[in-house]
Amino acid sequence: MGKVQVGTGPFARRPDNSAFKQQRLPAWSPSLTPYTVLPVFYLLAVVCVLLGVWLFITVENTHELKVDYTEEGTCIRCFELRKDPIQARNSCDCVVNFNIPKTFPGDVFFYYGLVNFHQNLRRYMDSRDEDQLVGRKKSLKSPSSYCEPFAHDEHGEPIAPCGAIANSMFNDSFTLTYHPPDGAEVPVPLYRRGITWYTDKNVKFRNPPTNTTLQLAFQGTAQPLFWQQPVYELDPADPSNNGFINDDLIVWMREAAFPNFKKLYGILIRAETPFSEGLPAGNYSVNIIYNFPVQYFQGRKEVVLSTVSWFGGQNHFLPIAYLVTGGLIFIAAIVLTVVYVKVGRDGKNMEE
Amino acid sequence: MTWRDLCSWTRRRDSSESERRLESNLPYEGEKSKNQPNRHYAGNAIKTTKYTLWNFIPKNLIEQFRRVANAYFLSIAILNFVPSVNAFQPQVALIPICVILSLTAIKDAWEDFRRYQSDRKLNRRPCLIYSRSQQSFMERRWKDVKVGDFVRVLSNEIIPADILLLHTSDPNGVCHMETANLDGETNLKQRRVVPGFCDTNSTFEPQNFNSIVVCEKPNDNLNHFSGFEKGNKKTGFGIESLLLRGCTVRNTADASGIVVYAHETKSMLNNNRPRNKRSKLERKMNIEVFFCVLLLIFMCLIGAVHVIWLESFSTIPMYFIPNSDGTYTSSALSGVNMFFTMIILLQVIIPISLYLSIELVKMGQVYFITQDVDLYDEERDIRMQCRALNITEDLGQIQYIFSDKTGTLTENKMVFRRCTIMGTEYPHSENATRLALLAGETDADEEVIYQQNRRPPLFSLEEAQDGPARASARLPGNSSLHRSRVTAGASSCMAFSSPMETEVVPDETLLHLMENEEDKSYLDFFLAMAICNTVVVSTDTARRQGVTGRRNSALSSNPLECMEGLFSRATCCKRLRKSLEKLTCRRDSHAEPFDMGQTSFYDVSAFTNSVEGFDEDENAPGHRSNVNRRPRTGSSPAAPLEVCYEAESPDEAALVHAAKAYGFTLLERTPDHVTVRLPHGKELKFKVLDVLNFDPVRRRMSIIVRHPRTREIIMYTKGADSGIMEAAETQGDLDMYARDGLRTLCFAKKVVNEQTYSAWSIRRQEALAAISRKKELLMDTAADMENNLTLLATGIEDRLQENVPETIRALREAGIQVWVLTGDKLETAVNIAYSCMLLDHRDLVFTFNTESKREFSIGLVIDGRTLSLLLDDDLQTQFVELCSHCRSVLCCRATPLQKSRVVTLMRHRLKVMTLAIDGANDVNMIQAADVGVGISGQEGMQAVMASDFSISRFKHLKKLLLVHGHWCSTRLANMIVYFFYKNVQAYVNLLFWYQLFCGFTGTAMIDYWFMIFFNLLFTSAPPIMFGIMDREISAFMLLQLPQLYKRGQQTGGYRRSTFWIGILDAFYQSFICFFIPYWAYEGSDVDIFTLGIPMNTVSLFTIILHLAIEIKSWTVVHWVIMVGSVLVYFIVSLAFSALCISCNPPSDPYWLMQQQMADPIFYLICILTTVVALLPYFLHALRGTLMPSDHLKARQIDQLPPHRRDQFLREWRNLQELCASFPSV
Repeated sequence: MGKVQVGTGPFARRPDNSAFKQQRLPAWSPSLTPYTVLPVFYLLAVVCVLLGVWLFITVENTHELKVDYTEEGTCIRCFELRKDPIQARNSCDCVVNFNIPKTFPGDVFFYYGLVNFHQNLRRYMDSRDEDQLVGRKKSLKSPSSYCEPFAHDEHGEPIAPCGAIANSMFNDSFTLTYHPPDGAEVPVPLYRRGITWYTDKNVKFRNPPTNTTLQLAFQGTAQPLFWQQPVYELDPADPSNNGFINDDLIVWMREAAFPNFKKLYGILIRAETPFSEGLPAGNYSVNIIYNFPVQYFQGRKEVVLSTVSWFGGQNHFLPIAYLVTGGLIFIAAIVLTVVYVKVGRDGKNMEE
Repeated sequence: MTWRDLCSWTRRRDSSESERRLESNLPYEGEKSKNQPNRHYAGNAIKTTKYTLWNFIPKNLIEQFRRVANAYFLSIAILNFVPSVNAFQPQVALIPICVILSLTAIKDAWEDFRRYQSDRKLNRRPCLIYSRSQQSFMERRWKDVKVGDFVRVLSNEIIPADILLLHTSDPNGVCHMETANLDGETNLKQRRVVPGFCDTNSTFEPQNFNSIVVCEKPNDNLNHFSGFEKGNKKTGFGIESLLLRGCTVRNTADASGIVVYAHETKSMLNNNRPRNKRSKLERKMNIEVFFCVLLLIFMCLIGAVHVIWLESFSTIPMYFIPNSDGTYTSSALSGVNMFFTMIILLQVIIPISLYLSIELVKMGQVYFITQDVDLYDEERDIRMQCRALNITEDLGQIQYIFSDKTGTLTENKMVFRRCTIMGTEYPHSENATRLALLAGETDADEEVIYQQNRRPPLFSLEEAQDGPARASARLPGNSSLHRSRVTAGASSCMAFSSPMETEVVPDETLLHLMENEEDKSYLDFFLAMAICNTVVVSTDTARRQGVTGRRNSALSSNPLECMEGLFSRATCCKRLRKSLEKLTCRRDSHAEPFDMGQTSFYDVSAFTNSVEGFDEDENAPGHRSNVNRRPRTGSSPAAPLEVCYEAESPDEAALVHAAKAYGFTLLERTPDHVTVRLPHGKELKFKVLDVLNFDPVRRRMSIIVRHPRTREIIMYTKGADSGIMEAAETQGDLDMYARDGLRTLCFAKKVVNEQTYSAWSIRRQEALAAISRKKELLMDTAADMENNLTLLATGIEDRLQENVPETIRALREAGIQVWVLTGDKLETAVNIAYSCMLLDHRDLVFTFNTESKREFSIGLVIDGRTLSLLLDDDLQTQFVELCSHCRSVLCCRATPLQKSRVVTLMRHRLKVMTLAIDGANDVNMIQAADVGVGISGQEGMQAVMASDFSISRFKHLKKLLLVHGHWCSTRLANMIVYFFYKNVQAYVNLLFWYQLFCGFTGTAMIDYWFMIFFNLLFTSAPPIMFGIMDREISAFMLLQLPQLYKRGQQTGGYRRSTFWIGILDAFYQSFICFFIPYWAYEGSDVDIFTLGIPMNTVSLFTIILHLAIEIKSWTVVHWVIMVGSVLVYFIVSLAFSALCISCNPPSDPYWLMQQQMADPIFYLICILTTVVALLPYFLHALRGTLMPSDHLKARQIDQLPPHRRDQFLREWRNLQELCASFPSV
């Protein structure tokens, strides 16, 4: 019964006898039987457990240290000072000492952490202007309405960078010092650049095009309300790190997913001793220029020092989850085996 | 405005009068339209399109927003424009609803465009209209035809409008018309020129026509029409003078007449749109949608928590943004705002694409059902058709089948079996033997039944018994229906699958008697058989001409097909009412050697078939005369004309053929004459004085002729035994016939004297010209004539359709109760019930009729009169109770109204899914049931037109229900559950969990574009494919094990628990999909959209793999779509991440996907989450293997090699029979 030409002949209306139209396409019908399921289960269990062990070993070799400096040491003074809005602009320095019990080998990352800071509130999140940050002149002068009420200052000047996120930028700064047991204190050198995504630094964030100075490019814009300096003077040390491509700004603008988060501040420069192998064990102090008030949201501030493995920072969850999952699958597999051996006669009958 | 509206609108315009008056347009030709006398009547151009180019967008939008779902989604999209509430960028939020709307709009536009095209094609067909200025018929287009125009139709052309026939080329003023396009009946119908205008010799001069035509208003009754022409005298006419639009003129060189109905033709008014029923599943599903709404509201109340959370701060945190005036919204108000924001955010819980998807799935399902080659009838070239597009899954839940008998269980192919003349019975045993043999050759199964039950029971003249009720059940306007025209559809030549069946071997005794004695009563009997009918004789050559023309017209274009396009929502649902060409060809091709030259005309395949079918002839040359020649009757083999009978009902054909077997050959029939060749070669030409057509109230038809030799006026009457005065000595034989399952017809004769006749004739003419009470008057006059009859009798057999017993047994095994509701006599019905295994010989049959109450067990047989008592209010409950204990119920002598009441009663009282199947005209019953199935068979097409599904054989019901029904309901149920699961799981819950971490402010951690893509691109195709193509169990197994159908019956494969399990599973999976990434990233420097990527990905994996576990059979299409979906996800996500730098402010998906895919933790999360999320479901899916359900066992058996599979099946069935025989165990 071949295909009959449509429209003619006595079988003009006969449907095609093709496998597709007759729903007879060759099909693979996997059936869940003990013989197919149990091997898969055992295999999965083994894979999960092995992965879990590997991850666990990896995580055990990473190190992390958190120092909550909100009211620590001399910072208690600054903390109190920041409670008073009138004193908000007064600078305040403080020092917090801490101890690293065990050497942090390899690359060490220096983070600042915030607790209970919701960068993920819907309206806060939306309060930014991508077009402005990518350096479009037009958006520089007339920021997006998403930035409201942080789009213009009281004089009607457009704010650059506009929006609540930029406005609330974290502005504490840190200097880490190593106190070797046998000598003078050594400042810990940190890379303060190269802490962003490459694409952020080079594609998503661009300064407005200019032939002259950055300052002229930003002429006619106001600095965000809470900022102490305009955006083109964010990094006094490195002129090329100013404007929208300032690393700290870029890091801050990538809104954290959860209210408790950390953001990268710097990476240990391992060019010279005693830091060529990482951070040696011992006493350290961190000097903080304490600007960022946290009492308004019952928050905390911390400094986090961490090494990273191939799958990120120190996080025990994944290895444990893999181990537990592997275990559960294994138990399920054993239970299934027992059940099939004991009760599965009917199933077997069908097989034979 | 649809054409129906148009019609009703125009109809309203002439509703001022109770009738339509029209006159010739010719005197007014060229004048302004306001002077035209017929200007109020609609022209012939048809417009079935819903939209025009201009109003498409607004009208389509309005139409779409009538759907609550669309309105809901639109309002949510609009809500998004409220700044304090919005969750996404308002413009982007409009995208999903726009996509859905435009998809639907494209679908509608395409359908409408097809309608437009077919309209145009139809309107542009050429036709001949008389023009006064040119003094001749000019070629115009169909759309130019106006009421009052004179139109000429040539042979084999299609009639453009309803035309009152005024002239034909035929000297007798007759025109033949084929109505296959209209009702599927392939025999030719005779139409006559309006009496008095029949000036047959001269040419037709329309300009001489100056009468006024008065006729009834347009209506959809194809079989009734009345009016009169008021010229010099008043002449009445009826349907026999009306040429119907869409029909084809045959055997007549040309026919002309005046157009009476242009747009509101009977064929147009008869076209119905596909039915719009709501399936049970859909009704159930709407409740789930309601649950979803509740769930949504509940989840949105979490927005209120935002207020509490806000209150926990003593001061306002810096990340909390003031309004533009620097103030903060009060917490109560912001709570309310949050509630709405959450609604926008979580709206997807009510799946926007669900309705569209269901529609697509059902279209796909319908496509596959209609494509099934097993449901195709080769004999008649008819496919299975779905008229109702949205109740496919109801086929899988049928619990009760109510079947008619005539044309449903039986072939409705009549064979003359035996007769009794003047009290003497002639059993025709040779003929019976031959038929049994024939049956044995064609169908071995059937032969068994033949032997078991002496003869397969046939049935008495149902038309006669049903008659009054049929008429009363119809709408008042329709009640004058002539059943012989409506229902009895098959031509003699087509009524039989093999020409052998038309043959009758004469009874030796009877032949002997006839030859020796020339008894007058025998002569009368056979004469009556030969002439008392409406059989049209057409010569083979004429017929061929017809076929030729039809072939041509089929090639060019068939107006029916054009019209079909208009009303069919999908191509698969086309009306297939076309002629049964193949059979015609077959008959033609083996009629005569000299025909062979012509057979090259037809497809070779047809010819080959015909040769195969004729092998027997070579073995038995004596039987070579197939249709019309029997050597012993003395008709010359070299007869110049081969006659072929076009009968309107199969029994008429059978009788004419039987008469011919005895040498009484009907040679010609014109309105005025009937010519019969007698056994000895003499030809008798009777003048026909009058024909009293069959009507269901009288249940008989009569013909009044003048005998050419004796000059006597003789009336022959034919009808059911109850329709003709009963004669005692024959009654016994009739009862015996009925017990044998034969259908009985009686003939009677009356000699009328001249005075009586002429007096009667005047009254008759008056009645014919009447309009208002025409029906009653005609009836009265007929009744006046038909009295004092002398009786003769005969018996006819109706063969059981093939595989009916097997089908009924399979349906029974599938747990479906099969009832037969028939208008037949009790004995006939019981007999046929036995032969089709509805009643088993082991059954104790409890017969109910008012006279006797016998012993009772499983089978229940109810008489019509009893039924009417049982259907009374006070007995209903007991009746239903009684029926629920019966294995089978047989209602005989039931009227159509009773049938539909039984169906309604069972449906409402027992809350069961019912299916009604009928092959003829029981529209009531079909519409009363949840699912109506029509058999497009020998009789009229009314049932088919009213049905939801139409098949051509009863046996097709088995595959339709057991396979397609099962598949459709399982597929759709699984699809819907999956859809709910998918929507709850995918985003709604992920987003919901995230609210715990973002101060309940309605933040989404996934870019909104990704969400749109997710629903519209990545996860839309798999469930649709799943709903159309998944196959849990193969068709083979479903047919082998009908009991697999039972699952669908009880629950429809879709339980509320399934829904809730799906929702719970969705909650669990979304919990895993959210919290594993959460914990994995906790305390890290991950940003919000980077977090969203793995969540999105694991959601997709979970959803796709969840479906993968659900899919029972993987074909190429499955693989392509499933793997394709994942690939598309990665490709689109990567492309979007790479291209969108700041295109979607304020979220920024730039380089996210790339960044994540370069990070090992992404893969670790994906693997772990997917495994953990699916583990419970996997175990859930496994549970079946411990205590395998029948379905699982069937699947396993199906995978075995064929010989082992068969062995298993046998064992299984034996086991079941064993179980069935010990029900207590």
